[in-house]
Amino acid sequence: MNKPIRTISMFCLLLFVALMLNATYLQFWRADSLDNDPRNRRVIEAAYSRERGAILVGREPIAESVPSDDRYEFQRTYPIPFKYAPVTGYFSFFSQTAIEQTQNEVLSGEDPRLFVTKLVDLLSNDPNKGGSVQLTLDPEAQDAAYEGLDALPGDVEGSVVALDPATGKILAMVSLPTFDPNKLASHDLDEVTSAYERLDADESEPLVNRAIAKTLPPGSTFKIVTAAAAIESGNYTASSEVPGGATYRLPQTSGESGVIDNEGRDCGTDRIPFVQAMENSCNTTFAALANELGAEAMLKQAEAFGFNATYLEDLRPQAESVFPEDMNPPETGQSGIGQFEVRSTPLQMAMVVAAVANNGIVKRPYIVDEVQSAEYDVLEKTEDSDFSQAISSSTAADLTQLLVSTVDNGTASPAAIPGISVAGKTGTAQSGIDDVPPYAWFVSFAPADDPQVAVAVMIESADIPRGEIAGGQLGGPIAKAVMEAIIND
Amino acid sequence: MPQTSALMGFVHRRRRGAELFLLVLALAVGVGAYAAVGIGVEGSVPVDIVSYGGWLAGLVVAAHVAVRFVAPYADPVLLPLVAALNGLGLAVIHRLDLTEGTTFARQQLTWMTLGVLLFIGALVVLRDHRVLTRFTYTFGLTAILLLLLPLVPGVGKTINGAKIWIGVGPFSFQPGEVAKVLLVVAFAGYLVLHRDALALAGRRFLFVDLPRGRDLGPILAMWLVSLGILVFQKDLGSSLLFFGLFLVMLYVATERPGWLVVGSALFLSGALFAWRAFGHVQDRVDIWLNPFQYYNNPTPPFSDQIVETMFGMAWGGLIGRGFGEGDPTRISYAESDFIMGAIGEELGLTGVIAVLLIYGLIVERALRAALISRDGFGKLVAVGLASVVALQVFVVIGGVTRLIPLTGLTTPFLSYGGSSLVANWVIIALLLRISDQARRPIPDLSGQDEEPDEMNTQVIRL
Repeated sequence: MNKPIRTISMFCLLLFVALMLNATYLQFWRADSLDNDPRNRRVIEAAYSRERGAILVGREPIAESVPSDDRYEFQRTYPIPFKYAPVTGYFSFFSQTAIEQTQNEVLSGEDPRLFVTKLVDLLSNDPNKGGSVQLTLDPEAQDAAYEGLDALPGDVEGSVVALDPATGKILAMVSLPTFDPNKLASHDLDEVTSAYERLDADESEPLVNRAIAKTLPPGSTFKIVTAAAAIESGNYTASSEVPGGATYRLPQTSGESGVIDNEGRDCGTDRIPFVQAMENSCNTTFAALANELGAEAMLKQAEAFGFNATYLEDLRPQAESVFPEDMNPPETGQSGIGQFEVRSTPLQMAMVVAAVANNGIVKRPYIVDEVQSAEYDVLEKTEDSDFSQAISSSTAADLTQLLVSTVDNGTASPAAIPGISVAGKTGTAQSGIDDVPPYAWFVSFAPADDPQVAVAVMIESADIPRGEIAGGQLGGPIAKAVMEAIIND
Repeated sequence: MPQTSALMGFVHRRRRGAELFLLVLALAVGVGAYAAVGIGVEGSVPVDIVSYGGWLAGLVVAAHVAVRFVAPYADPVLLPLVAALNGLGLAVIHRLDLTEGTTFARQQLTWMTLGVLLFIGALVVLRDHRVLTRFTYTFGLTAILLLLLPLVPGVGKTINGAKIWIGVGPFSFQPGEVAKVLLVVAFAGYLVLHRDALALAGRRFLFVDLPRGRDLGPILAMWLVSLGILVFQKDLGSSLLFFGLFLVMLYVATERPGWLVVGSALFLSGALFAWRAFGHVQDRVDIWLNPFQYYNNPTPPFSDQIVETMFGMAWGGLIGRGFGEGDPTRISYAESDFIMGAIGEELGLTGVIAVLLIYGLIVERALRAALISRDGFGKLVAVGLASVVALQVFVVIGGVTRLIPLTGLTTPFLSYGGSSLVANWVIIALLLRISDQARRPIPDLSGQDEEPDEMNTQVIRL
């Protein structure tokens, strides 16, 4: 009977091997997808009960876990809720967003970089504590940006982004309207659900971070890109003469709609100095330049600055800024003044001016400065990196000259800071929809000779009469306040 | 006995010292796990660790001493393996108790004590397993009666949809657990007598020797009994176990793969019939195929148990959460059928593989006893018991980890459940008895014997 017994042995071996392989599949290969299943209450409850790491701005936590005496051990709180909500996002029982989501592994203590700390915790039987995340945000710049934008009349919809041109650090990121993440982090889950439903249904989209997630026509601020392409072509310098004139007819068009004018600003006749064209934001000049350079060159220049791409890894979701491909000549002309289908996030326009400030090099923007252990030991510091060389340094110098002049003598004067040379550009973009007022933009950097900060301000809507909406008047003072906050630091 | 040694070339050593050493390791697993549960869940070593550890050690030592005296040549690995599993199971049940506020672990320890007493009793009373051949039909009949008992009104109890329980006073008892041991013995006794008839007659068809029609009687009867359990008691697991067990033993007794062909065909047709005819079998298969579809279902069928187990095991990952750090009470019946889910969550893949290896070793040791056993009856009983353990482990752990559709069975030695634990301890006693007989040196009869004829006659000491 021994032969069948040996056969049965082999059969039993097969059974056990099958069990072991299946367990390995379940607990190793499939573990990640099961852990990430949104229905997996275990992971959520554990994350919810755990002492989650803090999100820090400067020395202050803008999100932290404090002991709680209800069903969960810790309560997530946001001490400065509205100002930082678009950056921190929220940590609710059901989901997470923004930094709470992208840095979840660190904050929850699951990140392998925390392994040593985890091992010590394991041996000393301490509960698992999450690491902290230090942001690049500058509290004073953030204050200036938030207060400036919030001070506009009515229910403001808009955004401010400030960058350190040399590194790509995000120094300020504000989006209005905003929300209170404390309401979504509450342990009263019914309250969380109703708060979320209210926010989600709100037509002003408080849950959308306008700095990175909403694209709008950049209008005249886009003229910086057109000017960059023109100087890069080799045909122009800051002291060149450019096409001027009170009107410009888009190629291949006839009738009223094909004519671009300057809304009364002085743009001379025939040829005018480049400086005058920038100072007075001459639509006729930049539409003509765009056509002269061609759709291909414009696309190349826009993409070199970051259009049609995503680059920020620390926050999601991001909208890609758009510069259209395969445009015909009238569309190209309109794109030269930031209209047609050109759309940009405030972050993208901040990157454009930051590149001008940084000798033409676009730095990859980032907002997570350091990952720290629960004891605030630095585990990893983000190294700055180049996104592209959008323009040569001589082109950057020429553009700086034009933009400084725009602040000193032109439309961007509201951003002027006494004693400091500021470079800036306004924009007032037509929404293209009848009932929707134009969008006010302002981009700038300072000091022009040693740039420390680049700012983009976008005001989507505020309680301001349509005729009074102008990028310089609305955005200029906000940009100025943000720049001062950094420079006077 | 130099002559015997020269004749056989090999004599098994008793290895009782090795068994004692392994038992100390097994105790370390059981008591260590109990301490770890206290530290993990309540933050300190349990106050009753000394009395608990002492009780466990007492049981283990008692078993060891009994083996030393009445089965000195028995396999030295089996008892430590079982002790480790039982200790680990107690710790895990205790861990679940702490969260749920139940006292299953205490009851389980009582059942374990009873199990060890029966284990010792079986070894002491049963000095030669072949005595059991006398009770072939008695055992067979008793087993069938026990299986029918839950269907008797007033005695039977339906728990969780399965009519496999009887109520004895305040206790619930699963007679099927006892029946499976009796059935193994009954099958072995029957097959060892009739193996020649079953093995030799038949016709050849497509390279396989198929049995004669009239010899199909027993297998058909067993098939019908298994189907009956499935139909009347809705117990998929036991039905599968009994039929698989019978098939394996039939194959080993007759050495004819033809039986496997016939048996598999019967099994497949039975499974197909069950699937077509019974809603609860269809539900099991649907849940197996699409567990997430039935998760958090408002109405039956529910797949919460299996999905929570999968989530838990995934969450445990390679090294597990550690006792007290997981959330195994999300799995209903984590202390019985789904105990592997709790182990996978808190002890990780490492713990699961360790447990599977222990089961694998138990089966291997049992099959080894079957291989070296000198009598056909012993071989068949050992193979049968090995198959019971292997099939039960495969069916329940495979079901819990979604390798096969879920069928309710207890995890031997780990799950909470008195009948199962006691029956399994008796299984180990039988295996030790068979291996003791097999490893015992052949009595020295040469030398003094004048007549050469007697050289070939084996006398077995009783």
